[in-house]
Amino acid sequence: MDALVLARLQFAITTIYHFFFVPLTLGLSVIVALMETLYVRSGNELYLRMTKFWGKLFVINFALGVVTGIVQEFQFGMNWSEYSRFVGDIFGAPLAIEALLAFFLESTFLGIWIFGWDKLSKGVHALTMWLVAIGTNVSALWILIANSFMQEPVGYMLNNGRAEMVNFFDLVLNPNVWVMFPHTLSAGFVTAAFFVMGISAYHLLRKNHIQVFRRSFQIAAIIGTMAAILVALNGHSQAQHMVESQPMKMAAAEALWRTESPASFSLITIGDLSQREEVFSIRLPRLLCLLAYNQLNCEIQGIYDLQAQFEQQYGSGDYIPPVAIVYWSFRIMVGLGFLMIGLALWALFLVMGEIVEQRPRALQIFQWAILLPYIANAFGWILTELGRVPWVVYGLMRIEDGVSNVVPGGNVLISLIVYTLIYGALMAAMVYLITKYAKAGPEDSHYPTADEADAMPSLVGAQD
Amino acid sequence: MTLNTVWFVLIAILYIGFFVLEGFDFGVGILMPFLSKDSAPDKTDHKRRILINTIGPHWDGNEVWLLTAGGATFAAFPQWYATLFSGFYLALLLLLLALIARGVALEYRSKDASPRWRALWDWLIFLGSALPALLIGVAFGNLVRGVPIDADMNYVGGFFNLLNPYALLAGAATLTAFTLYGAIFISLKTDGELRQSARAAARRLWLIVVLVLLALLTATYFETDFVARLGVNPGVIPLTGMVAILLSGYFVNKNREGWAFFTTAVSIAFSLVTAFLYMYPRVMISSLNNAWSLTIFNASSSPYTLKVMTIVAIIFVPIVLAYQAWSYWVFRKRLTSDSPLVY
Repeated sequence: MDALVLARLQFAITTIYHFFFVPLTLGLSVIVALMETLYVRSGNELYLRMTKFWGKLFVINFALGVVTGIVQEFQFGMNWSEYSRFVGDIFGAPLAIEALLAFFLESTFLGIWIFGWDKLSKGVHALTMWLVAIGTNVSALWILIANSFMQEPVGYMLNNGRAEMVNFFDLVLNPNVWVMFPHTLSAGFVTAAFFVMGISAYHLLRKNHIQVFRRSFQIAAIIGTMAAILVALNGHSQAQHMVESQPMKMAAAEALWRTESPASFSLITIGDLSQREEVFSIRLPRLLCLLAYNQLNCEIQGIYDLQAQFEQQYGSGDYIPPVAIVYWSFRIMVGLGFLMIGLALWALFLVMGEIVEQRPRALQIFQWAILLPYIANAFGWILTELGRVPWVVYGLMRIEDGVSNVVPGGNVLISLIVYTLIYGALMAAMVYLITKYAKAGPEDSHYPTADEADAMPSLVGAQD
Repeated sequence: MTLNTVWFVLIAILYIGFFVLEGFDFGVGILMPFLSKDSAPDKTDHKRRILINTIGPHWDGNEVWLLTAGGATFAAFPQWYATLFSGFYLALLLLLLALIARGVALEYRSKDASPRWRALWDWLIFLGSALPALLIGVAFGNLVRGVPIDADMNYVGGFFNLLNPYALLAGAATLTAFTLYGAIFISLKTDGELRQSARAAARRLWLIVVLVLLALLTATYFETDFVARLGVNPGVIPLTGMVAILLSGYFVNKNREGWAFFTTAVSIAFSLVTAFLYMYPRVMISSLNNAWSLTIFNASSSPYTLKVMTIVAIIFVPIVLAYQAWSYWVFRKRLTSDSPLVY
């Protein structure tokens, strides 16, 4: 296998793996901060126990998010050095800004939060969690600004054989950022809400710590419902934007080989991949027009016409992404998205009727539903990234032109194997710990209060 | 001063931040298995916990200095970023794996009571601290000595090219200096037995550090055109670095822990500044042909990007410094044997 294939495989594995941890961090940081704020404002110990319990799970997950993020910061230079040379003038900036604005913030204040229970006033301690939450979410914003340049290059000029930034604000205000960021953010909240609902369901089934988990389930059901609906709405605007900015991705996501007017929505299409023709298809008339343009009449360009267009524009070549993967990723993501809206509404209905604990069957389902957002998140990214094939930067640079040409395939094979093994082992350790602490439930013990801490002798500056 | 120089300085500052902050927490990780030795296993474990709790609130924030240095290099000198990271591929992979293992190990080791679980993560804390401490020195040794870079800015050496004696000596220097620095930090942050054994370790380590540094200095004289570039009297910065390490020996012996910590930090920072001064305006020296070296001009981003990034840095670097300083203020107390432990 050559270095290109291996480098792509490695990027896919390390990035999807990294994104197993990120969405939970995005949502749960805010939920924990919210719980701690409720504690500070009400003085109710119930919220303190919730904060500590969910905070502990947050930290276990966060650790893996951080360390796998390190790889992301360096991987462009290691495996994609030609890409880095070509877009570094633009792409490096959001990464550096992310480190400076967000990575420092979340890392420093999470350290203070974990260790600072007996060192800070309650209000300041809660504030540190809010800063962690802001840090993680700002981090996501800058990473998506960087990614959006790959989807929809803006604010640049080709100069000195590379893409150079000419307008920083164009980069930040890239329309793609502002459909992608809300979608990703709300997906993070869905992930966290289903996580909290699922673990709460486990304990409610066993009648453990009923108060803690009843309240946790309530909060998560409310957040989950709002977020799941927002994911769909934002996803809808993202799709509408995609038709304009990356028509090929939309055509592939719909397996729409020929231009159609009015365009139908494919429920199921089975294709013959070698011939690139559809064999069997169930399509709903006009629905794609509704999705893409909010109207019943429209024309959506098909893959073959786009291919012909691109050949004229960029020269001969294959501009068709791997249609089957893109098509099914889209369906899995959207299907699970709607399933989660249904589940979240169901949870909300149970909460409103105060009958959560009387529905063991539902609680069992919610335990397993923890997995759904993870699957949907991963396939969302597979759709986004594979739908852009053959481009690494849409319309500007092809994937094969971006790979490091000095790194031998053997070296990439080594790193690919080692990452996969180590990431696998770390995942096992994380799942073990999360399960262990999730099942153990909240602790009653607490660290010494500020008063007790003050009573301890101060040893600062003591020489002997 | 051109913006290219500004960014050279800023990246130097980020690496200095990394050396001065993460340096001691690497040292703590390296010393953990040695300083925690005790006849009773549960006392050993308790000592280990105290040791890693001294860096508990800080290590992650400290590590971000390295990541930001990486990101800033990408933004300001994309050619440097591309050449360095693709060229030093396997070495960097080792560094990243070590940092990954260490980060998880610190967070996870005390979250389960099983001795086997803890022994495994402790081993990774040690390895994950020692390996980066060594490798970062090897990397800078190579940057100073120069590496084979061709006319297209590509590194054309292999992995074993990087393991030349000079670079390994530089690696030994960072490894031993960080260990000394960690010992002094432990003596500053603990009490009782741990503090005593850290002091004793610092005294022994200081001598080793000075011997390694002398060897490195001698090798630098022969391996590089250091004297030709910086002169026989290299100036106030390298000399301050040398004086500081001598002073730290005095303070270590007098048990003046605060001063010993400060002088060691100064020595580490100024030694690194010396390396950057020597490289300037080159960022990667080509050993094949000096004209093929990457410089702050041919490796840089466009003036516009540098300007944008300068504005961002001017606003946010001071803010980061302020809240990190505050975090050290919050956790200024020593840990005693009855302190509550998180890790």
